[in-house]
Amino acid sequence: MCRLFAITSQNPLSPMVALEALNVMKEGHDGSGVGLYLTDLAGDFEPYKELPTLSGIFSNAGMKKLDDYMLARGFRPKFERTIRPSKPAPAGTPRRDVYLVSVYDYPDEWKYLPRAEVRFRLMLTRVTLRQMGLEDGSMMVFSFWPDTIMIKEIGDPMEIADYLDLGDRNILARSMLAQGRQNTNYAITLYACHPFFVQGVATMTNGENTAFIPIREFLMSRRFPGYIGYQSDSEVFTHILHYTYYTLGMGLEAYKQIITPLRDDELAKHPETSRLRLLKHTCRPLTIDGPNCVMGFTPDRTMFIVQDSKKLRPGIIGGKPGLYAVSSELCGLDAAIPDRDRSKDFQPMKYDVAYVDNNRREIKTWNQWEPFTHPH
Amino acid sequence: MEPMGTLHPSALSKKDLHWRILWDKEKCTLCGRCTAVCPVQAIELGVHRKRLVTVPLGIKDTPAAAFTVYHGIDQRTDAAFACVGCAMCSMVCPNDAILPVLNEDVDKQRFHINNGGIPRRRGGRRNSPGSLLDQIKFVRISMLTDPALDAGRHEFELRTLLGRILPPEEALAFSRDNGWIPPVREIYPLVIGSMSFGALSPTMWEGLQMGVAYLNEEMNMPVRMCTGEGGCPPRLLRSRFLKYVILQIASGYFGWDEIIRALPEMKEDPCAVEIKYGQGAKPGDGGLLMWYKVNNLIARVRGVPPGVSLPSPPTHQTKYSIEESVAKMIQSMYMAWGFRVPVYPKISGTSTALAVLNNLARNPIAAGLAIDGEDGGTGAAYNVSMDHMGHPIASNIRDAYLTLVTVGKQNEIPLFAGGGIGKNGNLAANAAALIMLGASGVQVGKYIMQAAAGCLGSEHDRCNICNIGQCPKGITSQDPRLYRRLDPEHVAQRLVDVYLSFDTELKKIVAPLGRSTSLPIGMSDALGIADRSAAERLQIKYVV
Repeated sequence: MCRLFAITSQNPLSPMVALEALNVMKEGHDGSGVGLYLTDLAGDFEPYKELPTLSGIFSNAGMKKLDDYMLARGFRPKFERTIRPSKPAPAGTPRRDVYLVSVYDYPDEWKYLPRAEVRFRLMLTRVTLRQMGLEDGSMMVFSFWPDTIMIKEIGDPMEIADYLDLGDRNILARSMLAQGRQNTNYAITLYACHPFFVQGVATMTNGENTAFIPIREFLMSRRFPGYIGYQSDSEVFTHILHYTYYTLGMGLEAYKQIITPLRDDELAKHPETSRLRLLKHTCRPLTIDGPNCVMGFTPDRTMFIVQDSKKLRPGIIGGKPGLYAVSSELCGLDAAIPDRDRSKDFQPMKYDVAYVDNNRREIKTWNQWEPFTHPH
Repeated sequence: MEPMGTLHPSALSKKDLHWRILWDKEKCTLCGRCTAVCPVQAIELGVHRKRLVTVPLGIKDTPAAAFTVYHGIDQRTDAAFACVGCAMCSMVCPNDAILPVLNEDVDKQRFHINNGGIPRRRGGRRNSPGSLLDQIKFVRISMLTDPALDAGRHEFELRTLLGRILPPEEALAFSRDNGWIPPVREIYPLVIGSMSFGALSPTMWEGLQMGVAYLNEEMNMPVRMCTGEGGCPPRLLRSRFLKYVILQIASGYFGWDEIIRALPEMKEDPCAVEIKYGQGAKPGDGGLLMWYKVNNLIARVRGVPPGVSLPSPPTHQTKYSIEESVAKMIQSMYMAWGFRVPVYPKISGTSTALAVLNNLARNPIAAGLAIDGEDGGTGAAYNVSMDHMGHPIASNIRDAYLTLVTVGKQNEIPLFAGGGIGKNGNLAANAAALIMLGASGVQVGKYIMQAAAGCLGSEHDRCNICNIGQCPKGITSQDPRLYRRLDPEHVAQRLVDVYLSFDTELKKIVAPLGRSTSLPIGMSDALGIADRSAAERLQIKYVV
């Protein structure tokens, strides 16, 4: 089972806060890898929040390839942090040339493009770089998006953090996802490592999704170029959320109703029967079959946690105004926010969505039996 | 020299017959029940002369021959009266004195069942025991990574959809603008396939309808039954139970006069309308109800004169193109019920199924596609059609599903698979395999007849006389002396048994796969087969 920890804070935090919470939860996990998603950046990257930021791992040849490609398309490097590890790599961690986080200025001709088109092109650029990297293994690109950093590697999270000196760098964020395991159910590849990201949507998941194949087929047949990968069965959760936001124009509540629709007999008693039935019918291939606990961030940086309808994976949300966290285990939450009011902790059950919006003032919950709170 | 006598080329011995009657003189009570019950007069009273030689001791008297007579059974060897193996004789025999047995040799009877130049016609099945569906295993068992579910105690949602489902973004936009959204039915994925009122006896039909009503209203299982091409009894058309019925329209349009007349008086809409373009048992051939079964009742319901054979044309005569069939006919049928009832076509399994599907995909309202594979059954067909025509269902349904995946419409046009599901008794396993290959549900007929009414048909050419109305169980007969053997209440009860046990077995399949929140349509990663070619063809795992 993966260790999962998400945190959102008014004040910038070091990624070490999340990694230390993972470390507390180490017992019972294999510690085979780490995945980090950082957004609402602070520190060195604070001035560049509006500009697309590329995160990935590169060989020296890959760096050259990247520079050539980006320059040819008019991206001008604005700021970058490269990590070229000097220490010996921890056992089991491959030796890499460069871990790169690089901020670019938009090409001039993008200046007057609509926002949606810019976002689409950013996603396409990432996908293209990823494909180019797959050809010779010279590049692994995890994200290319404003105000977003992703770091992934094989190995124990704390050892990797030490190896990359993550605690000593001025890379800070107000919202983070951290995950402490490679997807050992399948072949180990960093593209199978949570969290997954597409156009500002990032999620990570506990558990195995037994409906993976039909969901993957449905997503891939949407013909959206960002719906690729699927080295992990959990990547579909990110893409379903993306589909809900971008294609359907709906939010977290609809996401929950899509992935775990109410049963037919339950729907009949719901105040919004016909609307929910329509959603259930039309999104039938997106129904998940867990056990799964999904946590992540929406594009507007709402941190959330939802369970599948069998509720067989743990997950808890808690905190205090200005600082909230979601954790796959209580001890992780205790380590990160020990001085919170525990009576306000919430463990979502099969009908619940729990979330903290980007004001970070309170935990809000919503239940599938309630009507949608936002008109869609 | 002239021969003293001749043997007709079609003269057969008992050894040449497909079914042989074994009769035990010692046990026989000469009650005559077997000859009375035999539906094809294959046995008759036999008066046998027997010579008894007596050899006295000594030399005074010479040996003598006395002639005696004993009575019993004689099996006729005329191919027209050949035993069909139904074994009703065994069922009625008080002493177990009689039994038909299958000839292990290749019989000679088959070469002579075309006397008069008429090829063999029969009802029943393909007589091919093999089943690819039986070979498919469910190999993706949930272990430590995702614990298996408890089939007995967990909650399962095993329903499926019948109807045109819009793409999500389109449906939401239509919903916002109060646009028309095609009707969609939430139904149980095991549908009773189209067996007409006429092909089936009144008692069988009544029993099935009662069972379906009970399943819906008492067991909360939305089971649906398709009428086949024979219309629908007028009282059912005007009852609230019509909502459990899928009305079929086929190339003979039998019964539709009555249906159209009943429209203003209908209390409920039917579940759906199925337009039959073909069926698996006799693909490319029309329906057939032979004259034996067209009595006054059937004639009235169908709107035809009694006592004549009713062959439907192989195609809808008013349609000359796929576009016309799909667009015009589907739209017409939608209009009849004010666009509140889903309308979908049913075709025979064929290598051209994808062409039909592609046209349906372009049509905005077609509510699904039912494909009936080569193992589908029938009440009457030419033997050659049943045995040799048609396409296996597994690859047909898989190709259709993957084609829909390619165009992104796998959720929009539900596929229903029929033909040979449960032919060897493995109903739930076969159904689940087809669902995981991409079917939204399955249609079954023969299994229901066997399990709910005791049909005697087997894959070894047993009985198969549905066509002449002599069904010894009264399932496919219109003769009151025969169909009164079948108690509709018992049929209903057995139907409920079948569905409840199917439901449990289906859960026993999906629970270990970790599935409970939706029917595992297209979950092909769960399937494996120990046949490399089949695995490649179906794009499932090859496992040995």
